[in-house]
Amino acid sequence: MSPAEENAIRSSARNGWLLSLPALVVLALAASGPLLIVVYYSFLTANDTGGVIRQFSTEGWRAIFLSYDIFEDRYTLADAHLTIFWRSVWLSLATTALTFVIGFPTAWFIATRPARQRAMWLFLITIPFWTNLLIRTFAINEVIRNEGILNTTLIWLGVITEPLRIVYTETAVLIGMTYVYLPLMVLPLYATIERFDMRLLEAAYDLYASRWTTLRRVILPIVKPGIIAGSILVFVPSLGAYVTPRILGGGKKMMIGNFIELQFLQGRNWPLGAALSVLLLVIVTAALLVYVKVANRDRSQGHG
Amino acid sequence: MKRLLSATALLLASTGLASAEGVLQLYNWGNYTSPELLAKFEKETGIKVTVTDYDSNDVALAKVEAGGSGFDLVVPSANYVPIWIEKGLIQELDLSKLPNHRNIAPEWQNVDWDPGRKFTIPWQWGSTGIAVNTKVYSGDINTSAVFLDVPPELVGKINVVPEMNDIVALATMYVGGKPCSEDPEVMKKARDVLLAAKPNWISMDYGATERLSNGDWAASVNWNGSTMRVRINTNGDVQYGYPREGYPLFMDSVALLSDAKNVEEAYKFLDFIMVPENAAMISAFARYANGISGSEEFMPEDMKTAPEVVIPEEFKAAGTFLPTCTGKSLEYITAIWTELQK
Amino acid sequence: MAERGFEISRLPGFATVAIAAFVILYLPIVTLVIYSFNASNSVAVWGGFSLHWYGDAWANQAVKDATVRSLIIGVSASVLSTTLATLAALGTTRRRAYRGQTLIYVMINQPLMVPEVVTAVALMIFFGIIKVATGYQGLGYLIAAHTAFCIPFAYLPIRARLESMDLALETAAADLYATPWATFRRVTLPLLAPGIMAGAMLSFVISLDDVVITEFVKSGGQDTLPTYMLGQLRRAFTPEVNAISTMLLGVTVVLLTAFFLLTRKKD
Repeated sequence: MSPAEENAIRSSARNGWLLSLPALVVLALAASGPLLIVVYYSFLTANDTGGVIRQFSTEGWRAIFLSYDIFEDRYTLADAHLTIFWRSVWLSLATTALTFVIGFPTAWFIATRPARQRAMWLFLITIPFWTNLLIRTFAINEVIRNEGILNTTLIWLGVITEPLRIVYTETAVLIGMTYVYLPLMVLPLYATIERFDMRLLEAAYDLYASRWTTLRRVILPIVKPGIIAGSILVFVPSLGAYVTPRILGGGKKMMIGNFIELQFLQGRNWPLGAALSVLLLVIVTAALLVYVKVANRDRSQGHG
Repeated sequence: MKRLLSATALLLASTGLASAEGVLQLYNWGNYTSPELLAKFEKETGIKVTVTDYDSNDVALAKVEAGGSGFDLVVPSANYVPIWIEKGLIQELDLSKLPNHRNIAPEWQNVDWDPGRKFTIPWQWGSTGIAVNTKVYSGDINTSAVFLDVPPELVGKINVVPEMNDIVALATMYVGGKPCSEDPEVMKKARDVLLAAKPNWISMDYGATERLSNGDWAASVNWNGSTMRVRINTNGDVQYGYPREGYPLFMDSVALLSDAKNVEEAYKFLDFIMVPENAAMISAFARYANGISGSEEFMPEDMKTAPEVVIPEEFKAAGTFLPTCTGKSLEYITAIWTELQK
Repeated sequence: MAERGFEISRLPGFATVAIAAFVILYLPIVTLVIYSFNASNSVAVWGGFSLHWYGDAWANQAVKDATVRSLIIGVSASVLSTTLATLAALGTTRRRAYRGQTLIYVMINQPLMVPEVVTAVALMIFFGIIKVATGYQGLGYLIAAHTAFCIPFAYLPIRARLESMDLALETAAADLYATPWATFRRVTLPLLAPGIMAGAMLSFVISLDDVVITEFVKSGGQDTLPTYMLGQLRRAFTPEVNAISTMLLGVTVVLLTAFFLLTRKKD
C-alpha cells in the first residue's frame, strides 16, 4: 500500500468519526450514557421512602430471584417476579407468533398485488401505525369492552348471549400488542417477499409439489431473513411494553415494564427496579445476538 | 446551522421565561382541582396556575424526589406528610404571610401529622369506602366483605383501587387487626383474605368516577367524593358504603416544596384557598369536605345532606386516620402488596 | 401460467386473512372517529351527531398548551436529529471500511434496541441530577431526549438513500474542479433530499407519539399531548379525547398522504 493510499484511508476514518461525533455525543448524553447510571443504582441500597442510599449492596439483584418471606422468616424463590417475567416472555412470544400468522398472509397479499397498487396497500397498513399509540390502545379497549362493538355485534348476531369478558385479561393485552406491533412484522416480510422470484413457484408446481410443500420448502426458507427481522422488531418492544399492558391489563396483568415502574414508584425499591431494568436489557441483547448470529449464518449460506 | 442554533437558543430562553412572574405550578391529584377556583384566583391576582396530575402519593413523591421537578405546591395525604417533611422536600410555612390561617377549623388545627399546621394547609378530606351499583347488588354494602368476600353478583365486576396503604389497612381491619399492625398472625390473615379475593376482582385500577358511570364496573373500592359525583351526575343507583369493620379517613393538604420557584405566588394561593367561599368551591367540584370553618354556608345544597359527605352516626367510630406505617409493618404491607400485584 | 388454472402466486386463504387484517386494523380507529361526533356524554351510547366535543377540546387551555408543546418538541427534535443523522450517515457510508465503523452503527441504532422504559428510568435519574445541579428545568431535557431516540429513525432512511446513490455524479463534479463543499451542496444534498425528508418526517411523528420517556422526563407543567391524554385516559376514555385524537389523526393522514404522493411522483 502506498503512503498516499494509507493517508487516504486514515483521513477517511477520521472524517467518518468527526461526522458521526455530534450524533454520538447526543446519544451518549441522552440515551446510552444514562444506562450506566442504572447499572450503578442496581448496586446501591434502597431507601425506605424512595431513592437510594449510596452504599454498596447486592440486595437489588438478590431480590429479583430470592425474596425474603417476612411471614415465614426465610428466603424463598421470588415467584411474584418470576411470574411477571414469565408472563412478559410468553406474551411477547405469543405476540410475535400471532403477528406472524396474520402478518405473513398480509405481506404476501400486498407483495402479489400489481406493482402500481402495492405502494397504496403499504401506505394503508402504515396509517394506523402513525396514530398515537395511546389512542390506538384505548380504541382497542373500546372495541373489546363488555358493551363494545365486538360484544354488541356478536350478541346481535346471536353467536353469544353473554358478553365475552376480554378487558383486563392477558388476552386483552395480547390482542392489543398484536394490533400495535403488526406493521413491524408486515414491513420486513413484505421487503423480502417482494424480492421473491415467483418463477420458483412455477418450478415447484412443475415438479408436482403441493401448495403446502411449496410454502414450507420453497417460500418460507427464502423469506426467512424477513421473518427473523420482523420477529425481532416485534419481540423487543413487546418485552418492554408499558402502555398496552397498563391500559388493557387493568393493573392486574403486569409486565416487566410496569413492574419496573412500580419499583421506582409505589414499591420504593429503586435498586430492584434498576436491577430489573439491567436484566431486561441483558435479555434483549441476548435475543439480538442470537439474531445476528442466525442472520450471518444465513447470509454466508446464501452466498455459498 | 447558525440560524438553527440561534433559533434553538431563543426557544430555550422563551421556555425559561415561563417561570418568571405570575405563574404557579400546582402538582395535584387528577380530577381534584376546580377549574372555577383557578379562574377566580387568576382574575383576582393575575397569577396563572398550571396543574399537573398524579394518581398516587408515591408517584408524586418519586417525581419530586428525583429533583428539579419544577413544581411549587403539592398535595400529599396525611400519612405521607411526615415523609415529605423528614426528607426536607417541603418547607415550613411563614404563617405571617397567611392571615387566613385562623380559618382552619379547630379540629384540623392540631393534627398528628402536622401539629400547628406549620407545613400544610387543608385541601380536602374524606374516606375510602365502597361504591356499589345497588341495581347489580342489593345486599349489605357497609362492609369490606363486598370486596374481600365478593358476593356472587359482583364477581368479575368489582374494581379495587391500587392504593397499597388503604387496601391493606381495610383488609387488616376486616380480619380484626389495627392498621400498621406488626402481628404476624394478623398480617397473615390479611394477606390470605386479599389473595383469596383477588381472582374475583375485574381490575386494580384508578378511574372509578367514569367507569362506574359507564357501567364497566358495578362496584369499586372508592373515595366518597368520587362516588357522590357518580351518584348525582350519572348513575343514581351507585351508593357509598362505610365498612363497619373499619375504614380509612384521609386528608390531603397543600404543602410548599422546598425548591419552589414561585414562592410568593404560592403563599397567595395558600391564603386564597383558606377563604371559606373559595374552600367551598374546591368541595363543590370534587365533592369532598374541606377543613375550613364557615365554608359550609357556601357549599352546594346537595352536599349538606349527602350520605357520602356527612358520615352517618353509626359508622363514625369505624373511621380512622391511617398512621404512617414504618419498619416491620411497612415490610409486611409491601410483601403483601407485591404478592397481590404479581 | 394460464394453463395451470390458478394463479401461482395465490395461496388459499391468504387474501381473506389479509383483508380481515385490514378491517381489524381500521375498526378501532373508525370507532374512535365516529364517537368523536357523539352528542352523548358516553363513549358507548350513540346520542346523535354533534361537534361539541371539538368545541370543548378547542376551549381547553391545557389541551392547547400541550399541543403547542408537543409541536415545539417535535419540530426541534426532528430538525436536530435529522441534521445529526445526516452527518453521521455521510460519515458511515460510501467510504472505505474503518476501525470503529460498526461500533458507530451500533451506537446510533442503540435506542431502537433498548426497551423504552429502561431508557426512561435512566433519564429520570440522570436528568434529575442535572436539574438539581444546574437549576435549569426547561424543555431542553425533553428536546435532548427526543432528539436522541429520533436519531436512528432519521438515520436509517438517509443511509439507505446514500447507499443507493450513484457516485458518478459527484465524481464528475469533482472532475470539473468543484470544491468539495460546492459538490456537496449542489450535487449530494439535492440527491439526498428525499432521504432527509423521509428521516425528518419519521422522527417528527416518532417524537409526537412518545409517551413513556416523556412521562418520566417531564418537569412541572410540561405535559405533551400524549402525556396529557395519558392523564385523562387513566380515568376513562372521554369523547373530548376522541375529538383531539381525530384532529391529530386528520393532520397526520394529510401530511403523510401529501408526502406519499410527492415521493411517488419522483420515483
